[in-house]
Amino acid sequence: MNKKIIPILSVVCVVLAVVLVVVLTRGIGGQPAMEYKVGITQIVTHDALDLCRQGFIDQMEDEGFVEEENVNYILRNAGGDMSTASSIADYFVSVDVDLIFSIATPTTQACASAVEDTDIPIVFAAVTDPVAAGFAANWTVPGGQVTGASDWADVGAQVKLGMDIYPAARLGVIYNDGEVNSVVQVDELKKVAASLNITEIVEATAASTADVYAAAMSLVGSVDAIWEPSDNTVAAAIGSVVAVCEEYDIPLFASDISMAKGGAISGLGLDYYVNGQEAAKLAARVLRGENPANIPISTTPMTIVYLCPAAAAEMGVTIPPAVLDTATEVCGNQS
Amino acid sequence: MLDVAGHVLSFSLYEGLVFGFVAIGVYLTFRVLGFPDLTVDGSFTLGAAVAAVLIVKGVNPSLATLAAFGVGLCAGLATSLLNTKLRIPALLAGILMMVALYSINLRVMGGANVSLLREVTIFTQVSEFLGVGTRIVRSLIVAGGLVVIVFFILNWFLRTEIGLALRATGDNEQMVRGFGVNTDMTTILGVSISNGLVALGGAVVAQGQGFADVGMGIGMIVMGLAAVIIGEALFRPKGVARLLLAVLGGTFIYRLVISIALRLGIAPGDLKLITAVLVIIALAVPYLQKKVQREWMPPAARW
Repeated sequence: MNKKIIPILSVVCVVLAVVLVVVLTRGIGGQPAMEYKVGITQIVTHDALDLCRQGFIDQMEDEGFVEEENVNYILRNAGGDMSTASSIADYFVSVDVDLIFSIATPTTQACASAVEDTDIPIVFAAVTDPVAAGFAANWTVPGGQVTGASDWADVGAQVKLGMDIYPAARLGVIYNDGEVNSVVQVDELKKVAASLNITEIVEATAASTADVYAAAMSLVGSVDAIWEPSDNTVAAAIGSVVAVCEEYDIPLFASDISMAKGGAISGLGLDYYVNGQEAAKLAARVLRGENPANIPISTTPMTIVYLCPAAAAEMGVTIPPAVLDTATEVCGNQS
Repeated sequence: MLDVAGHVLSFSLYEGLVFGFVAIGVYLTFRVLGFPDLTVDGSFTLGAAVAAVLIVKGVNPSLATLAAFGVGLCAGLATSLLNTKLRIPALLAGILMMVALYSINLRVMGGANVSLLREVTIFTQVSEFLGVGTRIVRSLIVAGGLVVIVFFILNWFLRTEIGLALRATGDNEQMVRGFGVNTDMTTILGVSISNGLVALGGAVVAQGQGFADVGMGIGMIVMGLAAVIIGEALFRPKGVARLLLAVLGGTFIYRLVISIALRLGIAPGDLKLITAVLVIIALAVPYLQKKVQREWMPPAARW
């Protein structure tokens, strides 16, 4: 008796699975036919990434691609699981979507491998360096099936915000030269320095959080202001930089918002909703027939302006009213 | 429309094969040795990281994949040495190695992510050699070929004298020791081979999906265990060869369920619940069956 039940059970399971697959395929065939079918894949549920997706869908509507009118979105989320990200990519390929909108780097890499044999284009968002991630040959001519909106920070705009508050001829930077990302930012700073009337950039490096205080002290007297790149080492010890700057009245400007909230005067960041909108503009062009290989990767304008008049007062400067008006976020009642 | 069903089945088959390495590895430790080894999440990523970095540096992908197997062996060796020589409980030894491997993987990759797009992989190598084009065909050929090789080697190995001693260690360690077998040695051997296979799986998966990422091993132990349990519950295998096939079958069904769930558009948060329910069903069925037939079954183990 027992020995007969097991094979029967196994057969029933397999049959059920096959029936399920067949029913599913029918289900897909039975959907109202839209002009476009767009697959949206997201690595994980996260505020910034959800905003990015919403920005994409909203902007697509402005571009004339309205959900359930002429576009069907297939939304999938890998729940942080890379193997699921691959399964999603393969699923999009198998139902032959017209375009994949991929949010974050691993999902885009998974999709880029999955579409190899097809001509399905991919538009990404929330990816910092698509060239290093391997799915674009370069920023201006990606050269493959993939283009999109990067969340690369605009160093020039970040430094300019600081210089608008307090023009400094001699600008100090503190960073860990072991962090690739920081070195890239400082190189970028050197390129834009002349256009912002900065005559000298004084570098101080810190290999660990314990060295940050000494690095900040080494800049006292030789700089007019300090600009702080997004550096993980300094971010962890930003308090010691703030302490030095307040003590010696050196204005401290930060790159990103989280660094700025550590006690700097200003910070400039990007809104992931806007990042999604930028991607949608590119996606619309692709759906209208342009080749993604020739669409330059766009960067997202930095729209979140964080300013802290209280910190400015501690460091001996006042934020000009014209600049203060541009703030989207002003610090609370902190000293 | 039937080609969609064919696609789901063939893609799940491919995933069943590549993740089958992980499941076979988990099967070796958990079931054969009775050694609950949690190194898997780390050694899977380690295999992927080593293979990816070597390939990017221009090493032949086949060699890089083999190297991944080698470093996996080392990871397993470390875990089993912690257990046998330092007397750290197996569960803890595995967790410690898993944590340590996270840092090591970051060092190996020099970052969180290494891209393999447009690099020569074992997949492109084989498709060039055989002249077959489509992605799914070449994926199945490579994965199938590797699984067949591993299958035959393991099938042979587990029947040799050492292999038998290894299997007996899990069944009754004291008896085996009484026969003069060094059970430390068999444990070390088993855990090393297990992690070698897991790392091999990681190397193949990374080449298939086009990147290695420090987070890609998360959940591998759960997937491996689920596959083993589903395979055992569904196929009731007897003998080494059938057991290995059952484990591969279990992996296939596990991935098939995920593929179907994705097609149904199940919310991301619910996906994990579905896999948990699947495993619970597979675990409960044997007991419920015995209960119906009024047979006795021992209480569950508590490790």
